[in-house]
Amino acid sequence: MAEKKSLGQEFTKGIIKENPVLRLVLGTCPTLATTTSMESAIGMGISAAIVLVCSNIVISALRKVIPQKVRIPCYIVVIAAFVTIVQMLVKAFVPTLDEQLGVYLPLIVVNCIILGRAEAFAGKNSIVASAVDGLGMGVGFTVALIVMSAVRELLGAGSLLGHSILPASIPPMTIFILAPGGFFVFGLIMACANKLAEMGGGKKAKLSGCEACPMAESCAKLHGGEACETAENAETAQAEATPVETAEVKEAAE
Amino acid sequence: MKIFFAILLTAILTNNYILSKFLGICPFLGVSKKLNTAVGMSAAVIFVMLLASAVTFPLNTFLDNHNLGYLQTIVFILVIAALVQLVEIVLRKYIPALYNSLGIYLPLITTNCAVLGVTILNIDNGYTFAEAMVNSLGAGLGFMVAMVMFAGVRSKLETCEVPKFLEGLPITLIAASLTSLSFLGFTGLVENMFA
Repeated sequence: MAEKKSLGQEFTKGIIKENPVLRLVLGTCPTLATTTSMESAIGMGISAAIVLVCSNIVISALRKVIPQKVRIPCYIVVIAAFVTIVQMLVKAFVPTLDEQLGVYLPLIVVNCIILGRAEAFAGKNSIVASAVDGLGMGVGFTVALIVMSAVRELLGAGSLLGHSILPASIPPMTIFILAPGGFFVFGLIMACANKLAEMGGGKKAKLSGCEACPMAESCAKLHGGEACETAENAETAQAEATPVETAEVKEAAE
Repeated sequence: MKIFFAILLTAILTNNYILSKFLGICPFLGVSKKLNTAVGMSAAVIFVMLLASAVTFPLNTFLDNHNLGYLQTIVFILVIAALVQLVEIVLRKYIPALYNSLGIYLPLITTNCAVLGVTILNIDNGYTFAEAMVNSLGAGLGFMVAMVMFAGVRSKLETCEVPKFLEGLPITLIAASLTSLSFLGFTGLVENMFA
């Protein structure tokens, strides 16, 4: 971190400026899969936020103990432990949510947002700052999920949170709660977010090839960045990804 | 025998892991710009999926027998991560040719949700070992089909003029939406074929 940010800034950056879903393009799988209804989206958002805050706190507390070389497996163990706890809590207290989320609940383990924050923030910052960062990112994730699920549920089922909103004369377009609708709504919301960011003087969200990938560093070390390079080369060919932009994405990831 | 084909076709076409289950979206969007990288990545995914399922299936039986079912998530992800590292080391040492074509994708696969997803779904669906292996193969092949198709779509997209506000990621997602729409056509196929 080049400059120290106040705790308030750490919190709000995760919601707007560095929204994990709409700006950093992380955690796309749960974003697409669990936004078929608002209820499951909120459940997913809160579960992931709890895991994110807890794992950020623990990883930050252990940052001086964990050896640099094996930090990724260590982070994964911590995250997996919290996911298991959340999984058991959800199974015990909200069994309907467990049914809705299904396999996506244990899959929080491989949600890039959580490992990404551990690597980019919690491993380098104090416990309080990491907790606030996790909370901000968690809220940002939840907000993005709620926005997407609201659009999809309203258009696809004519309801919000299970209450029907649209009159019966407007038939629901089921396609929106099916898979293609997920990609479609995500694309349009991403376009809106890009527009808003542009008006605010920011940059378009770029598909994070390897910059935001938590494995980037270890994989670059192992192979001289071969895999990353192929991904990056393709990117340069398509859009004129100038080195300046890449540097900015890296900054954003930090 | 019939059930194996049903599982295989379901995993490839009707319940494609990327296009209808949304597992493995990151590589789907990230590594699908060139056909050869898409194929390399998918081949590595098929390999790791089969291996991971073969290892986690007996492990799960072991966990269940010892009343340790709650450790499933943590054990699976660690086993997959260790396995990928191990495969990488072995390949680099003994089969450098294969390593050069597949190995570079291996570290990216550790945190791929499709791999963990398929191992957990094998257990959740109550498959036998053989069924689980067929399902993993189908999931991997489905991954490859989706990746290769999408790489083709994207190479066409590059020469197109796209409305300004959709440039970049949004148009990619909308293209993915249409690709996924085409897979909706397979709905009910397997049920009717093997009914």
